[in-house]
Amino acid sequence: MEFPEKLLYTKQHEWILNEGGTARVGITDYAQNQLGDIVFVQMPQAGTVLSKGESFGAVESVKAAADVYAPAGGEVVEINQVLEDHPEYINQSPYSDGWIIKVKLSDEGELKELMSAAAYSELVQKESEQR
Amino acid sequence: MSYIPNTDQDVREMLARIGRENADELFSHIPDRFRFKGELELPEPVSEMELISKMRQLSQMNSSLRDTSSFLGGGVYHHYIPSVVGHLIERAEFSTSYTPYQPEISQGTLQAIFEYQTLMCLLTGMDVSNASMYDGASSTAEAVLMALRSNRRSRIALSSTLHPEYRRVIETYARANDKEVFLIPYNADGSTDTGLLSERIDEQVSCVVIQSPNFFGIVEELRNAEKIAHSKGALLIVVFTEPIAYGLLKPPGIYGADIVCGEGQSMGIPPGFGGPLLGILACRQGLLRALPGRIVGKTHDMKGNGSYVLTLTAREQHIRREKSTSNICTNHGLCALAAAVFLTSYGKKGFRSLAAINHGRAEYAKSALSKLAGVKLRFSSPTFNEFVIETEKDPDKIASRLLDEKILFGIRLENYYPELENCTLISCTEMSSKQEIIRLCTLLKEI
Amino acid sequence: MMHEQNKKIKLPGINNLSFDEPLIFELGSEGRIAVRLPDEQPVLSLPQHMVREEIVGFPQVGQSELVRHFTRLSQWNYAVDTGFYPLGSCTMKYNPKVNEDVARLSGFSYSHPYQPERLVQGSLRLLHELEQWLCSITGMKRATLQPAAGAHGELTAMMMIKAYFEDMEEKRTKVIIPDTAHGTNPASVSMCGFSVVPVKSGRFGLLEVEEVAKLMSEDVAAVMITNPNTLGIFECNVGEIAQAVHEKGGFVYCDGANLNALLGKVRYGDTGVDLVHMNLHKTFSTPHGGGGPGAGPLAVKDTLVPYLPVPLIDRHGESYRFNYDLPKSIGKVKSFFGNFLICVRAYAYILALGAKGLSQVSTNAVVNANYIKSALREHYHLPFDTPSLHECVFTDKKQQELGVSTLDIAKRLIDYGFHPPTVYFPLVVTGALMIEPTETESRETLDQFIEAMVRIAQEARENTGVLHDAPHRSKVTRVDEVTAARKPVLRWEKTLHP
Repeated sequence: MEFPEKLLYTKQHEWILNEGGTARVGITDYAQNQLGDIVFVQMPQAGTVLSKGESFGAVESVKAAADVYAPAGGEVVEINQVLEDHPEYINQSPYSDGWIIKVKLSDEGELKELMSAAAYSELVQKESEQR
Repeated sequence: MSYIPNTDQDVREMLARIGRENADELFSHIPDRFRFKGELELPEPVSEMELISKMRQLSQMNSSLRDTSSFLGGGVYHHYIPSVVGHLIERAEFSTSYTPYQPEISQGTLQAIFEYQTLMCLLTGMDVSNASMYDGASSTAEAVLMALRSNRRSRIALSSTLHPEYRRVIETYARANDKEVFLIPYNADGSTDTGLLSERIDEQVSCVVIQSPNFFGIVEELRNAEKIAHSKGALLIVVFTEPIAYGLLKPPGIYGADIVCGEGQSMGIPPGFGGPLLGILACRQGLLRALPGRIVGKTHDMKGNGSYVLTLTAREQHIRREKSTSNICTNHGLCALAAAVFLTSYGKKGFRSLAAINHGRAEYAKSALSKLAGVKLRFSSPTFNEFVIETEKDPDKIASRLLDEKILFGIRLENYYPELENCTLISCTEMSSKQEIIRLCTLLKEI
Repeated sequence: MMHEQNKKIKLPGINNLSFDEPLIFELGSEGRIAVRLPDEQPVLSLPQHMVREEIVGFPQVGQSELVRHFTRLSQWNYAVDTGFYPLGSCTMKYNPKVNEDVARLSGFSYSHPYQPERLVQGSLRLLHELEQWLCSITGMKRATLQPAAGAHGELTAMMMIKAYFEDMEEKRTKVIIPDTAHGTNPASVSMCGFSVVPVKSGRFGLLEVEEVAKLMSEDVAAVMITNPNTLGIFECNVGEIAQAVHEKGGFVYCDGANLNALLGKVRYGDTGVDLVHMNLHKTFSTPHGGGGPGAGPLAVKDTLVPYLPVPLIDRHGESYRFNYDLPKSIGKVKSFFGNFLICVRAYAYILALGAKGLSQVSTNAVVNANYIKSALREHYHLPFDTPSLHECVFTDKKQQELGVSTLDIAKRLIDYGFHPPTVYFPLVVTGALMIEPTETESRETLDQFIEAMVRIAQEARENTGVLHDAPHRSKVTRVDEVTAARKPVLRWEKTLHP
């Protein structure tokens, strides 16, 4: 299971990549694996303003649905439209083609509270043991 | 009676296998203070033949549409149910099967429901239908909840010509969600006052709910309601209580309805003193993910064979729990099947004829009744198979007198619309023969 | 636990002659009709722009084609009348045929809800008596027969609780729900604008007082419990839990889906429960119909009676009347009075069994479940080794070590002629297999089921391939649910299916 170093992670299994003030958000390899084949992604409308920790949509598989939460607050500037026809991109490439939204960050400081790849990896390890 | 096959001997041997002396030991872990030590206050049990006899006696304390000539409508109608319907839904494989969660062994139910969904779409002119709801009233309430969820507004506009029971149910659901319901009055011609709707609607209104044919039997002009609702970004929900109407009338889908819902009892389900009925819920493609209830979809199995399966289940309670589109689990599957068989019985040609006959009988009655002295037609607008008459004499007195002749007069509207004094809702279907109508007129003349 | 008889146990298996059958829209041809109407062509008094032509796409088949079509479809279904359904918390008991006859008596099936009271005294008496019997069975004061299903009953209860607190001018926003709860519980709560406060079940899958007390406050309107819970275990702390909740002015709501374990043994009212719904299509033998109709009556104690949906049915001497005079009523949750014809079946069932018969139902339901539990415990992992009642829960833990899952086990049971048990529920147990036999299964059937489960456990050790691709003998094999959800095709369309 992959957890790229350059990304930051949340406890609810989202990742975020800050690209000069606008950040890309998606769900992690662990999350997509737990959900199984993704069938639908509920995405917000561009222009929606999110606060950190606010739910901005959901990812659905056949047997489960998981809400997705904003790792940091800001305005949704773009959604990954192609997921409407290809939700499986989240399974295949959760960190690249499977990105879900792009957010213009309101406070880059919020990123400091997030986990590194190493910390997240530990979290995943613990969760797997509990199952 | 007992439906338990195992004898005491069987049970003794089974208990021995479990390592128990007696069955009571299996309950001994329940704290004693909770154990019920008395006897339930129930009548003495009876054998099957005694049961039938008692139930028959009880049923004979009722009159029914079978032993009277009825002009009652108002959301539940007296239609002929083709013999094939009863025989087919009685089949144990349909009636005693469980919800089709295991598609490999429920293809019968799944395909039948897929056919039902298709028929509902064709009937209403909408893109997608679910596998059924409980009844027209609760289905409409859930349609309102759908609208509230999709645009997150807080006010609900209901036409006052929407069935009174439906309005009551919507109000109950709305109050539980702290949402406001307001009524749109009707015109002198018995249709919804869209002028007033236009004045009172604002951007806080989530949906406009209008019934056609309405509670007075009148066919509403849906184009106005659609324009007004959509101009303010509200959803248009069109309701029906008599689906046979759509064998003759253009379906609400054509007028741009967002959600169409209503009652399917007319299609193969007996009146049953009001239940079980059949809730129909259909919507346009864009609202699909907000649709509550089960939905059957087409797919393939591992060998490439076409098959059907419950799909889009992530909307539902067993997965989404508190975030689901609804709490509905058990729905009205067997009633949906009855409707599918009913519609197949009449089919393309027959359903149109059925609708035309209904309309024709009602028009005949309308004409004959309005010619009587002391009786007049209350509203002038076009109707399908129900209409309102106004009598000089008190409707209760008329009803009472007619009952002596085993005729059930229509519904007294003053109970729901105090301004409609001495008004009665008369319903005619293909079961209302010309002789019965003539007899009704003759008796009214005497009264 | 093996005995010599095992070797002689013949499993039912499935091996049916089942025809392929297209959609009804793909059959027949233009102009065919199955049932003829009187030959009339009435003049239409409707404006032309309102009138539609015949519905293109509606079926056009003769009567023999119609009957054959639906008969063939029916043959693809498993049903209680064909075999055993060990579905936990569904109570798939035998549906008595006499109840079907009774529901079809025309006095019942053809009575119209708008008929005057004096013409439907039979129906009113039935509803009144059924209400009384259900209250007696559950130890409650009055009940509404209006809800059309269990979830509908739950919703009604939540609405009533909300109305009560609004009436008392108390603002309460939360409802406590255990992690073992059925999905309808939190869904019903949300439909009333309450928010869900989850409480974790304890060591033996039971609710613990301290955990509930921690979460209980004057902002909590109610706690929802299921008893016995979805593990089949009696919530023995219910009394203290009720106390803790009542002390802070909240209500205890019980999901009565598992009533089949307690008939005549425990009355919910005696355990501190304030409201309880029942499922007539579970405990009271009315058929499941492939997904309803059922009925979910809700019984309540004194305090909440004023909030019940209208109308109630009251007795006045020898006659029965509708009572709409409940000024604090929540209103109505569906039109008219409830699923009357389902109530008729339940009424007949209770009348036939009587108090002793109902008590025997629970006794046998519990014996049957424990019989299975005892036989399977050496083959499957039992997550909670504590007494259980009418259902038992195993997991796939042992089989997972061999690469076999609950899903595989469930699908393989189909090849042996059984409907799978409830799977992956409750959520507190990973890979749950919830088995509820009910009292109407014979010992031979239970032995067959046990034998099949034992063989599957063996196959898990010796031949996992046959499990991963199961079922092999059903009409269709495992279906592609992913494509069905990604690219939904929810209806036939002329263009798509030429």
